[in-house]
Amino acid sequence: MKLFRPLLLGLGALALGLSAHAAGGAKHAHAPEEGWPFAKVPAGKLDQESVQRGFQVYQEVCASCHGMKLLSYRNLGEKGGPFYSDEYKNANDNPLVKAIAAETEILDPNPDENGDPVYRPAIPADAFRSPYPNDNAAKAANGGALPPDLSVITKARGHGAEGDGASYVYSLLSGYPDPDKIKSKPGEDGLNVNYLEFDKDETVGTLTQPIGLYYNPYFAGDTTPQWDGDPRHVPYGGFIAMAPQLPDGRVEYLDGTEATTSQMAYDVAQFLQWAGDPKQGQRKAMALPVMLYLVLLAILLWFSYKRIWRNVEH
Amino acid sequence: MSGHESTYEPKTGIEKWLDSRLPIVRLAHDSFVDFPTPKNLNYWYTFGGILAICLMVQIITGVILAMHYTADIDQAFGSVERIMRDVPYGYLIRNIHMVGASMFFLAVYVHMFRGLYYGSYKAPREVLWLLGCIIYLLMMATAFLGYMLPWGQMSLHGANVIINLFGAIPLVGEGIQSWLMGGPSVGNQTLQRFFSLHYLLPFMIAGVVILHIWALHVPGNNNPTGVEVQDVKKDTVPFHPYYTVKDGFAIVVFLIIFAVFVFYAPNILGHADNYIEANPLVTPAHIVPEWYLLPFYAILRAITFNVGPIDAKLLGVIFMFASIAVLFLLPWLDTSKIKSMRYRPVAKQFYMGFVVACLLLGWCGASNPDDPILSMGDDKLMVTYTDSAGLEGQRTFVDYQPAAQFRDEQVASGGVASMVVQKAPAFTFKTLSQILTAYYFAFFLLILPVLGLRERPKGEPDSIHHSVLGKDAPAAAPAE
Repeated sequence: MKLFRPLLLGLGALALGLSAHAAGGAKHAHAPEEGWPFAKVPAGKLDQESVQRGFQVYQEVCASCHGMKLLSYRNLGEKGGPFYSDEYKNANDNPLVKAIAAETEILDPNPDENGDPVYRPAIPADAFRSPYPNDNAAKAANGGALPPDLSVITKARGHGAEGDGASYVYSLLSGYPDPDKIKSKPGEDGLNVNYLEFDKDETVGTLTQPIGLYYNPYFAGDTTPQWDGDPRHVPYGGFIAMAPQLPDGRVEYLDGTEATTSQMAYDVAQFLQWAGDPKQGQRKAMALPVMLYLVLLAILLWFSYKRIWRNVEH
Repeated sequence: MSGHESTYEPKTGIEKWLDSRLPIVRLAHDSFVDFPTPKNLNYWYTFGGILAICLMVQIITGVILAMHYTADIDQAFGSVERIMRDVPYGYLIRNIHMVGASMFFLAVYVHMFRGLYYGSYKAPREVLWLLGCIIYLLMMATAFLGYMLPWGQMSLHGANVIINLFGAIPLVGEGIQSWLMGGPSVGNQTLQRFFSLHYLLPFMIAGVVILHIWALHVPGNNNPTGVEVQDVKKDTVPFHPYYTVKDGFAIVVFLIIFAVFVFYAPNILGHADNYIEANPLVTPAHIVPEWYLLPFYAILRAITFNVGPIDAKLLGVIFMFASIAVLFLLPWLDTSKIKSMRYRPVAKQFYMGFVVACLLLGWCGASNPDDPILSMGDDKLMVTYTDSAGLEGQRTFVDYQPAAQFRDEQVASGGVASMVVQKAPAFTFKTLSQILTAYYFAFFLLILPVLGLRERPKGEPDSIHHSVLGKDAPAAAPAE
């Protein structure tokens, strides 16, 4: 029995770890070098300045195709949100949040007294405006691909560990191949075809990008049909309908931070991390007191147990 | 225990008045205060109390969640997120409920393996074991129904897979399938009935739990020696305070593990795809159930061959249900008179193998059946061609360059040629799960029945207090 214990524990951990594992040909997403501030144990915190910058990236870049229908403008000013202020505990009064909401014109969910649609500037209570009226319109505008809603994208990718989803967003957005590496040649029907040459380890060959799609090593998919090379060693990843969106300098940060590709990817990943679970700050803040309480209680119970059983052989 | 006389003495007038009308305080006193409990129970025996806590936690959080949840395919996903975002402490309640399901199963598996090891299913505790099996079955149903409610991709497609299983039953299968779904496909009506049943079943579990405790208190607890209590004075201690404090300690340690998941990794036990709203038109690449059902999923998928008129799908379903049904027969399959495997050295080895087999089945259930665990040799390249003269052929290559050259030559000379990977023979997850499935059933149907008749048990003590004092210690001097 004693011999088996470590083995059982190991196997149990393995089975648990692998249970959440989903296979796929995509490259394993990685956190930025310095790690995610919110994933630190025991009390990680979102870097709110980064979340603010990430919101700017979302608004100026992502929002033209991706909705976030589970978020309202007020969320930005609620506790744990990027524009929370102690002065305005009720986010609906927060002037910054009001101003951000008012920049967007939305279709009022309620028609006017004549039943006609009303367009008006948004207020903090309104949900984020979706870029398309419905999925079909979104697909039609994007070559048949549906840009996913980003409300919970950081929970919907990875394996469920804290920071997995943010690492995916970060890796994907900053992981497109260097534009200089993408070459062009005339295709059969006169259109130019883009291709990439690989020469790393055993993955040697040419990968042709389908028209309107872009190679990304972190995107789940299969590159085999487009691969001219050893089919046993196809490149990681797949083809995504989203072109690279974050070249250096794509946005001009209000706080003067230099907008490199990886900086913007980092910021927007952290913004989406917040958006996927806006109460994570409260959750983490509560974690330590709860753990301390339970550990203390366990210690007290242990000594009570020792005392109560002191005269009983067992 | 049934033979144990009640020691409850009502003191105040109101207690006396109540005791002569409804002796409920007496029942509680005799069951949870003065109940004689073997003094040698180890920490594996604390999981009964832990499970009671798990059930209460799930019911309390569940009732609150139901106040905010909307069982409607257009709103369910959003309403769960609304709980996480807008309901005061909703994130906490929902995480506890979600993680709690996993913790419940973790505890029930320890509890069941403990019962298996110490022979707690043997006479006079067969009914206790059967009731436990019913609770486990109800738990699986409840968990499956609950997993449907967030209406994510795994909810929908997992439900489809499970309900389709019933379709494999001959003649009545399709009828049962549409009866369960409430229509031709999994839709809004399915979600609503699943929600209704998900709310109902936990109370049925609670009811069976009461029977389970009743059936426990008639013969009294089993214990690690498997020897029945002979002398209440020497062998037992009152449940309170001895076991309330020991169980209490174990419960709090369990809650620490629980809290680590709730606060630091609430989503790690689930599947990320369930945060994608359900879409019947998009099927996830890999549909897998929650971790606690993976071993059964592996058994289901291990059966890939037809036997006579029974096709593989139906046979898989039969095996999966049989793997649970066999638990109900266990008290009559194990022929050994000795309860505890402590004194059954050979059975103990098979038991350890069984635990490992269950864990490995979980691993198989999480993996793609065709993936290799061990590859024998390297993958090769096969070029299939039709040359310019119309002759068909195949050639196998180890290296890419000559294979590509050969293919290109064929094409250049007016033929047709294509290259595919020829996978090296491998030991796959499918093979492993077939072996493990065979062992799973052999353990119950072959090993336990035969071993009980043939093995030579060793070192069973005469009584609990002898075992507590050590074999060589003098038998006198009861330690109280």
